[in-house]
Amino acid sequence: MSMTMTQKILAAHCGKDAVQAGDMIVASCDLVLGNDITAPVAVNEFRKCGCGRVFDGEKIALVMDHFTPNKDIKAAEQVKKVRDFATEKSVKNFFDVGEVGVEHALLPERGMVTAGDLVIGADSHTCTYGALGAFSSGVGSTDMAAAMASGKVWLRVPEAISVVLTGKPNADISGKDVILHLIKMIGVDGALYQSLEFSGEGVKELTVDDRLCICNMAIEAGGKNGIFPVDEQTLAYLKEHGAKEPKVYAADADAVYARTIEMDLSKLKPIVAFPHLPENGKTFDEIGDVKIDQVVIGSCTNGRLSDLRDAAKVFKGRKVAQGVRVIVIPATQKIWMDAMHEGLFDIFVNAGCAVSTPTCGPCLGGHMGILAKGERCVATTNRNFVGRMGDTESEVYLSSAAVAAASAVMGKLATPDMLG
Amino acid sequence: MKLNGNAICYGDNVDTDVIIPARYLNTSDPAELARHCMEDIDKEFLSKIQPGDIIAAGSNFGCGSSREHAPLAIKAAGISCVVAKSFARIFYRNAINIGLPIIVCDAEIRTGDKLSVDLSAGVLVNETTGVTATFPSFPPFLQGIIEAGGLMQAMKEGVFE
Repeated sequence: MSMTMTQKILAAHCGKDAVQAGDMIVASCDLVLGNDITAPVAVNEFRKCGCGRVFDGEKIALVMDHFTPNKDIKAAEQVKKVRDFATEKSVKNFFDVGEVGVEHALLPERGMVTAGDLVIGADSHTCTYGALGAFSSGVGSTDMAAAMASGKVWLRVPEAISVVLTGKPNADISGKDVILHLIKMIGVDGALYQSLEFSGEGVKELTVDDRLCICNMAIEAGGKNGIFPVDEQTLAYLKEHGAKEPKVYAADADAVYARTIEMDLSKLKPIVAFPHLPENGKTFDEIGDVKIDQVVIGSCTNGRLSDLRDAAKVFKGRKVAQGVRVIVIPATQKIWMDAMHEGLFDIFVNAGCAVSTPTCGPCLGGHMGILAKGERCVATTNRNFVGRMGDTESEVYLSSAAVAAASAVMGKLATPDMLG
Repeated sequence: MKLNGNAICYGDNVDTDVIIPARYLNTSDPAELARHCMEDIDKEFLSKIQPGDIIAAGSNFGCGSSREHAPLAIKAAGISCVVAKSFARIFYRNAINIGLPIIVCDAEIRTGDKLSVDLSAGVLVNETTGVTATFPSFPPFLQGIIEAGGLMQAMKEGVFE
């Protein structure tokens, strides 16, 4: 029976030769993830149930990244609850301030995910690791609690949308532009309960960072997971980051897809998703003067070194427009140090940007850059829902790091080309 | 199981940020979360509902963040059931895992309509309009989790074995 790449990984993790779309399976997890918002609920459930030991102290990651450094007393209590749990249960991968990074940037960087893995996380953007040829999907806190106890998760085997990438993107196009175009095409529920399986000659034109960004936002189309085929770039990335031996799965040539979407990367233009849904993408021929108050460059979507370099290229020798606040958040401590050594912080600070320690912070309206009523923010994050970054009457515009930086300089939505 | 309550309606793509804004996620106490349920989509939500009332929504209900605080807040606010044309997948599994009844049903419902839902028979009756709609039952595996009262209890009973 023919299977998609996702289906092959799922079959291998539930002890079956084959699975098909719609099957309900119980699968074994290679890694179970939670953060400082979702893990406390999971710890409550784990304790209420009297679960005792965790299934494997090395296959659980507890990443304190959302409201850290603790934004208030309640947040501190939440982190403490998870810290105490990690100590008591000998969970090795507990990441606290000083070591922590935004989870979906941190885990690949630390080599904690490899091709062929099955990863679940109590965080919707867990789908990021499909970029490395893994099956990964966001679940809830109770799923996380049950998986910490048993190492198992229930899953409905998804059908897939085949996204065939062709062409070579222009220099000003990043993974963010690719995924925002795709979400614009299919809508925020266009891949509901489905996998987004990428393939085609265009794949090789996308860096691993681009792919991480693209898979990260599969959930913004309702997808269960996004996944890329494993190629030389993937294997080099896994090796460089010390990941364990990859298991390479590929979709069968005759795999059945719910539908096929073709995207010619050479035709893509920089895009911005307007409030209040990620599907509201507009290219600059459709965008007039949209004045802005704040820019955030960071997050699990676009807080990697390549994003900071894209932003620095724009900020070099320029100043942030009067009245605009810019917050740059390197996603991990390593990215922070690399950016510092490359001199990117000099560029940011000279331009008038603030540089923060790693945190999810403003992306979800937690802290470190909340918006007042009527304010507009260009963010390299992943959601622009009502009230996402602050007041319900504030607005979030989603873009690549290059567009966010150019917008900061112009004081309105702009591309680097418009800077002259 | 039969549920009766008045409907309170919302549109498509109701996301978990408006169901329970992130500024309240520094707690995991359901009662405290309930006090802010639906705050960013409907500030009057809590004053409009009675225990047992039913949320009726369009497609992709619960999209966005995986926060289980969203179904927890809805359940603790006293909502007996959520009816939607479709659910975002993480909200869907969270609701099943914590024992919040949800049904996928494309029935014409207006705010204030009196609804009666028979979960086992798969029938929704809008008593105000007299219209009856049916909805599919869950796959047997999920039915087992629902009957156990949630995933943790189902796990104790061997659902993963």
